[in-house]
Amino acid sequence: MEQVMAMIRGAARQRPADRADRLFVQGGQWLMLALLLLAVLLPLLAMLWRGIFGDPSQGGGLAAAAELFGSANFRWLLGNSLKSALAVVLIVVPLAYGFAYALQRTCVPGKGVLRGISLLPLFAPSMLPGIALIYLFGNQGVLRDIFPDSIYGFWGVVLGQAIYTFPHALMVLLSALALADARLFDAASSMGASPWRAFRSITWPGSRQGVFAAGCLVFTLCITDFGVPVVVGGDYQVLALEAYKAVLGQQQFGRGALIGLFLLLPALLSFTVDLWLRRRQRDAMGGRAQAYVAKPHRRRDGAFMLLVLSVCAVLLGVFGMAVYSSLVKFWPYDLSLSLHNYAFSELPGGWLAYRNSLTLAIASAVFGSALIFTGSYLLEKTRQSPLTQTLRLLCFIPMAVPGLVLGLGYVFFFNLPNNPLNGLYGSLTLLVICTVAHFLTTAQMTAATALRQLDSEFEAAALSLKVPLFSHFLRVTLPMCLPALLDIVRYLFVSAMTTVSAVIFLYSPDSLVASVAVLNMDDAGNVGGAAAMSTLILLTSAGVSLLLAGASRGLLRRSQAWRGAANH
Amino acid sequence: MATVDLQLHAIHKGFGTFKALDGVSLDVAAGELVCLLGPSGCGKTTLLRCIAGLERQDNGRILFSGRDVSLLPPQARDYGILFQSYALFPNLTVCQNIAYGLTALGREASRNRVAEMLDLVGLTGSEHKYPAQLSGGQQQRVALARALAPSPSLLLLDEPMSALDAQVREHLCIELRSLQRQLGITTLMVTHNQDEAMLMADRIAVMNQGRVEQYAAPQAIYDAPATPFVAEFVGQGNWLPYQRDGAHARVGGLSLRLAKPGHSEQGRLFCRPEAVLVNPVSEQDNLFSARMRDMTFLGNRCRLSFELDDLPGHALLAEMAPEAMPQLHGNQIRVALPPHSLQVFA
Repeated sequence: MEQVMAMIRGAARQRPADRADRLFVQGGQWLMLALLLLAVLLPLLAMLWRGIFGDPSQGGGLAAAAELFGSANFRWLLGNSLKSALAVVLIVVPLAYGFAYALQRTCVPGKGVLRGISLLPLFAPSMLPGIALIYLFGNQGVLRDIFPDSIYGFWGVVLGQAIYTFPHALMVLLSALALADARLFDAASSMGASPWRAFRSITWPGSRQGVFAAGCLVFTLCITDFGVPVVVGGDYQVLALEAYKAVLGQQQFGRGALIGLFLLLPALLSFTVDLWLRRRQRDAMGGRAQAYVAKPHRRRDGAFMLLVLSVCAVLLGVFGMAVYSSLVKFWPYDLSLSLHNYAFSELPGGWLAYRNSLTLAIASAVFGSALIFTGSYLLEKTRQSPLTQTLRLLCFIPMAVPGLVLGLGYVFFFNLPNNPLNGLYGSLTLLVICTVAHFLTTAQMTAATALRQLDSEFEAAALSLKVPLFSHFLRVTLPMCLPALLDIVRYLFVSAMTTVSAVIFLYSPDSLVASVAVLNMDDAGNVGGAAAMSTLILLTSAGVSLLLAGASRGLLRRSQAWRGAANH
Repeated sequence: MATVDLQLHAIHKGFGTFKALDGVSLDVAAGELVCLLGPSGCGKTTLLRCIAGLERQDNGRILFSGRDVSLLPPQARDYGILFQSYALFPNLTVCQNIAYGLTALGREASRNRVAEMLDLVGLTGSEHKYPAQLSGGQQQRVALARALAPSPSLLLLDEPMSALDAQVREHLCIELRSLQRQLGITTLMVTHNQDEAMLMADRIAVMNQGRVEQYAAPQAIYDAPATPFVAEFVGQGNWLPYQRDGAHARVGGLSLRLAKPGHSEQGRLFCRPEAVLVNPVSEQDNLFSARMRDMTFLGNRCRLSFELDDLPGHALLAEMAPEAMPQLHGNQIRVALPPHSLQVFA
């Protein structure tokens, strides 16, 4: 016994755990700061600079700004953008609310499958709904009589974006409706309140902030999306498309920057209001609340089933059409099935684009999740300082910055001739950086939520036992948060597979990715090829998601012995 | 087992404008168990975290056996800590949890040490269970074993009983105390529960608003509270406003004889309920007639609420064993406030 004591004491004195910890925490935080400055803040500042003080010959500068924002063309574009985006909000938010309500507060059967179908649009680039609409309602579409004035234009944009944004709105509303205190409903019914009155006085006040957030999200996504307008917009031009054309078509960098800055406004505005509302609504769910579980109610369940099935039918119809059309030999003349459209090898960059996309997705998922999870750990579990506050703020910015704007910022920053990182421009590495930065906030919030659920004394316990923080992170924190980490991996993978808005400005022939290839094929009139590539993206991201979900479930089962701890 | 004495010199700690610790000084002798007792927000946990190095004091010095550790990080101090939540790592087994701080020890030695600790806390056989599979009391013992495994010379306990059911608390308090005596390890325990503090401590430091109000043995704290706060926080008491009149105190229309009159001209008299004598058989000082308002039966004792006839509207309490209850005839009683039981506060 005495000997053991002596050994323990000797070992304790020698351990340089403190220095290693400081390196891990301080070094990690400063590294994060450097990365966030390079990947988020400086590109945005570069865009600001280019727009306001840029070369007038490229459409930059204050004079050009005044001219641009005062022009009739700009007002027309802005009007179009606002009109279609508002229409999408009015269609999507009520539908998504009904859908979310059905999944969270009623007893409709088959919720897992319904939820899976509703998330389909997340797995494909935003062009896919547009392409499917062309096959359905276009000049040679199967249902062309429904839109006799042609689908190209306002309705094409609205329908395409409605499908594209539906799952985004749904996810916000699902979480807004996830928590309900059963005691409130018991109290309401004991006082004789009708279900409708209970909805108005309990459910609605608890979820209206989510409705607002969903509305803002859909609006911002629509305003900044050009995947749908470029495919089915026709003569109905919108601002996002104009920015894209200004930079890629006309080399009018200043003009692109100005429109980019303008597109930042709705996002920033809604983001600020949302943050304010969220602060006001905190603590709506007390610690002693009892989770509400819906009881069967035939009329209500039937009505919601009808709604949910209609939405799913539309989604399945659209996505089924896209997959089907990709398999048709020569639309609409030869409807026999073949893999002819999948012969990408004959196209410039065909299979290379798909391989690049896989590389991009895997690299973003692996490096992104490792960086983001470790970074979140360093933010959540260390002493708060001005540095951590700054980092938090920087992590929040990408949420308010649309992909299109971020992509433009990257063009302006990394394409500067005297930027030492200029060599990255056009490489797949920069695409990875841009993708991780673009989807940073959601991933970081997932990690932070998981980390905050861990006992805050774990780190203190490790310190008191003289265990280096980094090895504690690997031995305890990481295993405990593995499901959340897999979630982040999946999110980054799928986002990288489907994103167009940011990467469109950054690729070179060698780093062409699949989603951009879809756009290019569609542009070149090869709609079948575009449908085929979209289908491939859809299948890949859905397949990987299922795989990761399976892995996560297996993991939870294996660790069930100790995960019960959460209930203690 | 080597153990340390602990000295705190004028520790200050503020959070913004809030003074969590306002000049705390404390000496803990080697092998002693000291309780920091106080209401929530009094600074007791902050003080413990400063000693642990988890919080950095703004000012003041912390000495472990004369070694200044004030500015050292937690890893460079030498202590074990038991957290309120126990902070057991859910993904590690009991065995792995206890061995967590023993990595520098080598496999064989580490295994032996774990077996020794399991034996010490009486959990041999639970090595391969996960914390979630244990009861609250068992979890506490694992956490204690983990804290003690690297044989620290100081043990810090942060509200160790608060997560446990009332029934097992007392038992575990006694167990923990005998373990501490057996190891002879200097121990500092934070609690807001006076019963736990009374049961376990060699000395109690009663804290309020970032200051130590009184630092003394449990009995001294109870019998001779140094400040009104201590008197009020520990146990129950009666308070009577008074004006001094020589060796007597005037309370309303009454005159009370005092054993220790003190110096201030006015203030408050303090008297424990169990010191009040109801319908005494023998002649007593300070005997007054009173009217009974209410009587509560508390199992092992009875509590009587009454008003002095000359001081209406001022409820006072008396406590006694049920068998000592006098025969009551109506509501009219006589109560004595013995001079030696009356304490004077300015």
